[in-house]
Amino acid sequence: MNLVVDIGKRLGGFDLAVRFEQTGRVTALYGPSGSGKTTIVNCVAGLVRPDRGRIALGEIVLFDADAGIDLAPHRRRVGYVFQDARLFPHLSVRANLSYGGWFRRGAPVADFAGIVDLLGIGPLLDRRPRDLSGGEKQRVAIGRALLAHPRLLLMDEPLAALDRGRRAEILPYLERLADGMTLPILYVSHAIEEVARLADQGVIIEAGKIVADGPIDRVFAREGRDHAIGGILSARVIATDADGVTALAHADGRLYVPRLLKPVGSEVRVVIRARDIALVLGEPGIISIRNRLAALVTSLAEDGDEIAVTLDVAGTPLVARVTRGGARELGLAPGVAVTALIKAVALEER
Amino acid sequence: MAEIFTAEEWTAIALSLRVACVAVVASLPLGIAVALLLARGRFPGRTLLSAVVHLPLVMPPVVTGFLLLLAFGRKGPVGAFLDEHFGIVLAFRWTGAALACAVMGFPLMVRAIALSIEAIDTRLEQAASTLGAGRIAVFLTVTLPLALPGILAGTVLSFARALGEFGATITFVSNIPGETQTIPSAIYSLIQTPGGDGAALRLTAMSVAISLGALLVSEAIARRARREEAR
Repeated sequence: MNLVVDIGKRLGGFDLAVRFEQTGRVTALYGPSGSGKTTIVNCVAGLVRPDRGRIALGEIVLFDADAGIDLAPHRRRVGYVFQDARLFPHLSVRANLSYGGWFRRGAPVADFAGIVDLLGIGPLLDRRPRDLSGGEKQRVAIGRALLAHPRLLLMDEPLAALDRGRRAEILPYLERLADGMTLPILYVSHAIEEVARLADQGVIIEAGKIVADGPIDRVFAREGRDHAIGGILSARVIATDADGVTALAHADGRLYVPRLLKPVGSEVRVVIRARDIALVLGEPGIISIRNRLAALVTSLAEDGDEIAVTLDVAGTPLVARVTRGGARELGLAPGVAVTALIKAVALEER
Repeated sequence: MAEIFTAEEWTAIALSLRVACVAVVASLPLGIAVALLLARGRFPGRTLLSAVVHLPLVMPPVVTGFLLLLAFGRKGPVGAFLDEHFGIVLAFRWTGAALACAVMGFPLMVRAIALSIEAIDTRLEQAASTLGAGRIAVFLTVTLPLALPGILAGTVLSFARALGEFGATITFVSNIPGETQTIPSAIYSLIQTPGGDGAALRLTAMSVAISLGALLVSEAIARRARREEAR
């Protein structure tokens, strides 16, 4: 049940033209505010009509301008979790959750009790939406969308309206959702840590155009990107020492992050910013940075006053930004082996 | 309490209540439909429709009554048609009084409902459609319940207006005891009659009581709605 989107839409002076296919289970639409991400999901949901193109979910054509097909939103079976929960204020949490079931029959994605349990909203069932916190509202909104028998779940920055604490409260639920179900998810966000944690495919959008599309651990290091983000590395939790530092194992080295409450052996993705990477030749000697990865230079590119150095770290691309002088002194060229020192590793906190 | 009022006075009170109830209940579906059109509709002639609906609010009631008589009288185009095909006669009947009250209360009803529909967040209706609700289902499960405070307020306003309606009623259906003589018409007749002041005063007291009751109910609804919003 792959989602294929190939649409164009003109909105005032803004031109949206995108084509992508969902290859992963959780596909992230990533990009700055105003880049057209929400318009894309609104088109998929049927709330906005594209000017041209086609949207199909597996065999089911949701929209086809040439064939004159434009399925009404209530016939699309596309679940939508909005940024602002949009719970029905006149209904209890329980009625909000079962709302979709009033109109659609058939095998649910998951049963009522299962969803309530997954999202931890059992104690809220008899309350009204106005009595819920932002995080609780968003969890109920997710449950409501899942219980409406969707074939695809759209999530438009479901955490953006929440403060850090609430975000941290919901992320584990989203992670369980992403891991525990077969339902494809299209996840809109401009928060890199969220995307790294949840998605397996990344579609990067800027000013209405797709600038990169691929596996989440490769897409950010593609050429021609704004290299603020160096890349995303997958690593495995080894252990947490007495100092509260958790060690992560990567094929080409070790990473150390502040205490991570995850079982040993579980896989995590870490986000590395391009400016947080320093390059040295050979062994770095005695310095305070403990995150060291062996890497091969694959290419160099001019990027303003700096050089964007694309590295290969055990098959995963990673982009470092260094000064021209630095690049010259190190004699960086494709094929040179270096050690990448990573000053900071970002993980979505919990 | 039965001894306080004479049989004639009771007739007027009962008739007033019957006329007001029928006027409100019969005009409510149309009121909701027109409010929906005015609040959401984008069509040519929307301003004209709004003006026509609000006309009874600004026209002298006598003018409204006379226009009703011209249209719905036995010789009027609508009245003749109804009489000929359905055997319905409105002129000088209590049903005509109900029509006059409905017309006079209509702008108040539509206004209250339209305001509450305008206040509804249409994004909630979008959310409902993504959950599988078609247009009618969205209207019944989201729009209508959320507009309920406005519908109740509009109903109370229209009901109160119907109880007080005099000019259009007396012009359209006259002042026939037992058929079209509502409380205001009865009071008017009693004041004209020597020695009728006592009865007029009793009916006035009843009228004040009913109006006060309607106002209290409307206040209670508004308070409840405000409390719901504040929470």
